Amino acid sequence: MDTPPKAIAGVSTFLDDRLGAGSFLKRNLRKMFPDHWSFLLGEIALYSFVILLLTGTFLTFWFKPTMGEVVYNGAYEPLKGVMMSEAYASALHISFDVRGGLLIRQIHHWAALLFVAGMVVHMLRVFFTGAYRKPRELNWLIGILLLSLALFEGLTGYSLPDDLLSGAGLRITQGVILSIPLIGTYIQFFLFGGEYPGEDIISRFFTLHILLIPGILLALITAHMILMWVQKHTQMPGKGRTEKNVVGAPFYPAFMAKAGAYFLFTFGVLALLGTFAQINPIWLFGPYTPADISAGSQPDWYMGFLEGSLRLMPAWEINLFGTSGGTVPLSVLIPALVPLGLIMTGLALYPFLEQWVTGDRREHHVADRPRNNPHRTSIGISAMTFYGVLWLLGANDEISANFHIGLYETTMFGRVAVFLGPAIAYFVTYRICLGLQRKDAEIVSHGVESGVIKRMPNGEYIEVHTPPADDILAHMRGKKEIPVIESAADREGIPPKGARSLIGRLRAKMSKAYGTDRVPLEEEHGEEHVAVGAGERKEVH
Amino acid sequence: MTDNTIDQPEDRVPKRVIGTPPPSEAVLKEEPAHKPEALPGVQYQDPVSARKAEKAVALLFAIAFLAGAGFIASYVIFQVGTLEKTSASNFALGGTLTLALLALAAGITTWVRKIMPKYSMIQERHLMASDSDTREYVKETFLAGAEESGFVKHKLLRRTLLLAAAPLGLAPLVLLKDLGPLPGTKLRHTVWGEATKNGKPRRLITEGTGQPIRAADFNSPGGILSVVPEGYEHDLNALAKATLILLKFRPEELKSGTNLNWTHDGIVAYSKICTHVGCPAALYEQTTHHILCPCHQSTFDASDGAKVVFGPAARPLPQLPIGIDGEGYLIAKADFNVPVGPSFWERGDAEREAREKAEKA
Repeated sequence: MDTPPKAIAGVSTFLDDRLGAGSFLKRNLRKMFPDHWSFLLGEIALYSFVILLLTGTFLTFWFKPTMGEVVYNGAYEPLKGVMMSEAYASALHISFDVRGGLLIRQIHHWAALLFVAGMVVHMLRVFFTGAYRKPRELNWLIGILLLSLALFEGLTGYSLPDDLLSGAGLRITQGVILSIPLIGTYIQFFLFGGEYPGEDIISRFFTLHILLIPGILLALITAHMILMWVQKHTQMPGKGRTEKNVVGAPFYPAFMAKAGAYFLFTFGVLALLGTFAQINPIWLFGPYTPADISAGSQPDWYMGFLEGSLRLMPAWEINLFGTSGGTVPLSVLIPALVPLGLIMTGLALYPFLEQWVTGDRREHHVADRPRNNPHRTSIGISAMTFYGVLWLLGANDEISANFHIGLYETTMFGRVAVFLGPAIAYFVTYRICLGLQRKDAEIVSHGVESGVIKRMPNGEYIEVHTPPADDILAHMRGKKEIPVIESAADREGIPPKGARSLIGRLRAKMSKAYGTDRVPLEEEHGEEHVAVGAGERKEVH
Repeated sequence: MTDNTIDQPEDRVPKRVIGTPPPSEAVLKEEPAHKPEALPGVQYQDPVSARKAEKAVALLFAIAFLAGAGFIASYVIFQVGTLEKTSASNFALGGTLTLALLALAAGITTWVRKIMPKYSMIQERHLMASDSDTREYVKETFLAGAEESGFVKHKLLRRTLLLAAAPLGLAPLVLLKDLGPLPGTKLRHTVWGEATKNGKPRRLITEGTGQPIRAADFNSPGGILSVVPEGYEHDLNALAKATLILLKFRPEELKSGTNLNWTHDGIVAYSKICTHVGCPAALYEQTTHHILCPCHQSTFDASDGAKVVFGPAARPLPQLPIGIDGEGYLIAKADFNVPVGPSFWERGDAEREAREKAEKA
């Protein structure tokens, strides 16, 4: 093909005459995208979002977000003649009377679970490889906002079908809102349009779920993509990869095609789950009434850690003004706000805290391997353990029933584990990171075992080591020194300005602990082994 | 490319075998006439395996086509309307959609991996920050513009503009006021305390069947019923606060925490709404008399005033004073003496208040 086909050339000329798109394409058609499996995790979330928009739009064509009571008269026999809200009746209608309705509803629910899961694993990848560092702090913050909004989006969507299970979630939400000091009662009355459950909450959540929150999500996702595009993707350390370049495949045609295929894979897997893995069978739960609940009520996975923290909390409550008010139900307030607040605030502040501790103001485009920043990795695993214990204990009734463990024992275990677990995780992770670094250092300085035993002239037997492959060596050599701020006292014993105050001394100490390289990569000193190995290998071949 | 030249003296045989293309020409016609110059970092695939891959990709695309057509056919063939039909339709539509999407995805992936070249191209990166000249220019322009606009010089202008913006900024918040009524004391009362239309005390009604409960019929110890107020059987707002669990005890089983004046013949009524976050505390263990909330496992001792035994709930389930009317049906003698359900700021220590009131009386 020497010239583009007429149809394409014509349209391109038309557009370029009017938009000047040519110069944009000139710069971007061959934009490089580095390759690594972990770079695909965020894409799962992106494509799930697209699928959520598509399937969600389909669902709105039939869903009726009103709480007016109707008598059910649809295809599902067991509920015929039962009084229920129109929202629940229309959700049943979608499931049983619309062709493909059940499929799309189940894909929508699975896509929601995958959306949040994709965001979380993507975030963990960015955290553990330090890809949030300058200049990407803003995109990191946008990501945190996206994750928080996604939780609200999930919460509002979960409440819409108005079945018994979704109502239980709504009731807990209401109880949590009531617990907010001073204004909780007012917020509850404003949100629900009066007393719980009222007749407004479904239509209000519907507007939030299909318009306000997705609108903001869409805007933020667009910003997230534009920033990623402008700042160019980070790359893993490797051969020929520096802070000043991007090595990878061009957007056109390779990355474009791969991304398209990946979207289809995500959609295909969600369709598979939506078809064969039943999710949220609302018809089994029946219509919502605040008088009933089913045992084993579980929220969607991303709300599990909040559920767990509510379950673990001891029964603390204080009345600030005795009999005349000022009730602060700590047993609700602490578990509902503290873990979420700790995790989200911690995530948002981490890039800036790290910069403060290391004094590192440079741009970083080559990602860290998690082992090479052991304290960061340990902090991350520690936070994951904290989250994980809460998440696991959100299902303690299921654990108790399936493994025949006493229910209260699981709670007591959780109360201890939520503090002890992160500490143990920190220590263990730190040791593992150093161990892995030692392994790397050994490979870099001594090479890898070749499996060839050689007898030396003096009768000694040695195993010949060969140098590792170029790309592996380059990957290992990608280890970067973590800066440590200047804190040593000068000759007269006076520490530098910043390290004199209490906070300054603390900062200096933290910096030293955070940045000190305990297992530096040494240059090859096992010369004779490597040299012999290299010669030997030729003979073997 | 095969080397077709034969090393022979020039005059005896032609330089190449007759019928084969000259070495400068491409052997295969399909090979693009304009061969892409080999860019650095672009490594072409082996043409033989690429051709093999082409067949595989075409097969996958054909499968995707058939499955996609099957999806449309399934929409027409499989109707919904009963459980079995809906299930069949779901499997047919979902199965074909899944197959079409996955086959298409696999096809494109094979295409990228086996037919497109392997890339390892390099692009330069530049510092995000603009150069100092640009920064300087922007700074100058900003200062000049601020000066020209008069925003800096005219203090009055600046202050009145801020003044003008303030109420408009608040307006959206004010507009939200009508989202709901003010709480008032609504959370402190339930419909059990309201007068009935006929002036008689309000009866306890079994949830679901809608029947009043004759005390003499609810006579097996260990029995439990979920109870709603007469006249409000389907009022969700009322049920969210007024739902009860009714339990029958042997007299010797009841402990001091339970107000015996509020029981009738060993029958005790507690609020079913958990004092933690409001889930119905619906599970009952007969042997231990424990009421368990399935949401967060707050556990209450039903024989001892529903005091908290375990879990995050901080207060016992309030007890409702009950008795019987002239026909022997269970009735509510009064409203709960404390607010039911989850705690809220204005609530205060209502239990202490109630105790003090009772002692005075």
